[in-house]
Amino acid sequence: MITFSQQQLKIPRLQRPVYLVTAGQSKFDRAFPDKRTEELCIDSFVMAAELLDISPAELKSYIHSCYYGHFADHFGDQLLGESVIHDRLGLDPLGNVGVKTGGATGGSTIWEGVKAVASGYSDCVLAMGWERMDEVPTDEGNFLISCAADKDWEAPLGHIYTGYYAVMAQRYWQIFGKSEESFRRTLAEIAVKHHGYARFNPFAQSPMDITVDDVLNSPVVAYPLRALDCCLMSVGAACTILCDEDTAVKLTRNSKNKPLRIWSAAGSHTLRPADRLDMEIPLLPNETPDQYKDLGERFPGGDRYPGFTGFLAARIATYYGYGMAGITDPTEDLDVVELHDAFTISDVQTYEDIGIRPYGEGRTYVESGDCYHTNPHTGEPGKLPSNLSGGLIGCMHAVGATGIMQTFEVATHLWDRWEELHGDENLWKKFDREKPKDWTNLQVKGAKRGLAISHAGVGSHVTSTILMDPDHLIKKDA
Amino acid sequence: MSMFGQVFVKNNQYKLKGDFHHLTPNMPIRNADDDWKLLGVTNPRAMTYIHSYGGEAIFFESLSKGKLLATRCDNAECGTTGSVYIPFRICCPDCLSKMSVIDLTDVAKKSATVHTFMECARSGAFNLLDKPIKFINIEFDGVSTILMSYLVVGTPRFGMRVVPIFKTTGPTYTILDLAWVEEGTTAEQLPEGFGF
Repeated sequence: MITFSQQQLKIPRLQRPVYLVTAGQSKFDRAFPDKRTEELCIDSFVMAAELLDISPAELKSYIHSCYYGHFADHFGDQLLGESVIHDRLGLDPLGNVGVKTGGATGGSTIWEGVKAVASGYSDCVLAMGWERMDEVPTDEGNFLISCAADKDWEAPLGHIYTGYYAVMAQRYWQIFGKSEESFRRTLAEIAVKHHGYARFNPFAQSPMDITVDDVLNSPVVAYPLRALDCCLMSVGAACTILCDEDTAVKLTRNSKNKPLRIWSAAGSHTLRPADRLDMEIPLLPNETPDQYKDLGERFPGGDRYPGFTGFLAARIATYYGYGMAGITDPTEDLDVVELHDAFTISDVQTYEDIGIRPYGEGRTYVESGDCYHTNPHTGEPGKLPSNLSGGLIGCMHAVGATGIMQTFEVATHLWDRWEELHGDENLWKKFDREKPKDWTNLQVKGAKRGLAISHAGVGSHVTSTILMDPDHLIKKDA
Repeated sequence: MSMFGQVFVKNNQYKLKGDFHHLTPNMPIRNADDDWKLLGVTNPRAMTYIHSYGGEAIFFESLSKGKLLATRCDNAECGTTGSVYIPFRICCPDCLSKMSVIDLTDVAKKSATVHTFMECARSGAFNLLDKPIKFINIEFDGVSTILMSYLVVGTPRFGMRVVPIFKTTGPTYTILDLAWVEEGTTAEQLPEGFGF
């Protein structure tokens, strides 16, 4: 049984407010035979400068320290890749550090950058992430990813991460989905939604106009997960600039970007799901101790927590993050979210871990239409749209960049610049991608607050990054 | 003539014999759409890692002898004393004291049940198991954790009773030496090299 001390449950407090002022990203794709990694990183940095209407050189002059997310040295076959990128960006001799927390690397990189500004160490930092996953064939890529499982106890069993999620999918489907075909179709709807939203995102790798049946008929990877239930394997880069209030005001004086308040928090849990001990469910502010007393009766077998159906790390990351930012009910307090949909099943699991829905009821977030930009049942705006970028299933999973891409996406809504940055004809042409004739503006109207969840392994590391318009804070002293 | 790299330890030092890497030349990568201009090169590399099991070595050695070991915290001052762990952990996750090694073979034979499962149609490169791979996660009476392994006889389902089998002939000294079959499976049905 895991228990927490009062010291461990302390809500983190930043020593001063931290602002996100700009962000940028490269095109994402399965392979870039014609570009080196630093070219993609520079693409993202130049975009971040352009959104501030200043030159890259001027933006660099503000940066005091750098945080680089690059998960898999063995994929890119380059140790100390951070040093290569730092040099190519012309940022020597500033201090820099590499961050590696699997799929959560992008989010963890922002976490480190936020702490550096909050502490006063730096007034302005670069948080950048990238991944190079095209230097090996796909089956070797799956092998390399599986090296993030325990190499003695788990990796030899298939050398494929999808398998480690599939056992969770099986358990979740049978316990909380009650083995209903309708639940399996709900999972497929997530893939349809995310590949569909990717159609409106010029950066996205896998735009697809597909149906639930297409997902259900796609090849089995690890039953019950099929190819279209799975995230992409990608190459690309993303970055963001974080700073204190004075620097934020200076950097945005000529820009459409409004400085956004940012909080970031992290949680962790065992690398091996095998090691997860039974425990009481830690509660979020919108939950009560009584609501889970009969969980095992409503869902026989569902009373072992987190077991193979929940992610404790996501719950803890949001417990800290919500506490820092004053969020008491994510569905009411937030306007847009980007979640780590590594697989359709993990998307559903995360709805519950972060309090959008109670444990056992995640599927209703999809089935209600709340997660869509426009609710398909009512034609009205979705209550809390998720993954309008296309997520990891439709947009990309260039691991070190993923959590930063998600944060970029949330920021574009809060800046009210989503349409401008995703609908730009020149960008579609530059990326050699065809803008669909039915391209749709997915800007969440009036968005003031958003959340990005970055997640590693089968829940070994998770970060929550919260952005808010500073004129719409929930907690004034946050 | 090349031979696989082999290692033994003498005086607490690794002693190496055979080939640990193989030389293969780089090859150019050219662009068929642009006059076969150079875009990059292949970087072939085959390496053999030298990996120590450390304090878990006894677990992997015991599989080859038909035994399934676990560990138990026996520190009376620990808040979770008496907890049993498999995967085998060397130190208690709570008090960090070195745990006692216990034989879980009989408990496994009498109480192992499938907690969850999946069938994997694909695998990553270098994987040695035949496909489809039937992953199972196994509960045991009195054990705090849920072991991941694979089923070689039977169709997995929740709550299914399974028993361990061990590759005692030609062992690999990896976790693949442990597999599971549905209770009631006969010795004739087991894969080559495995026994109860």
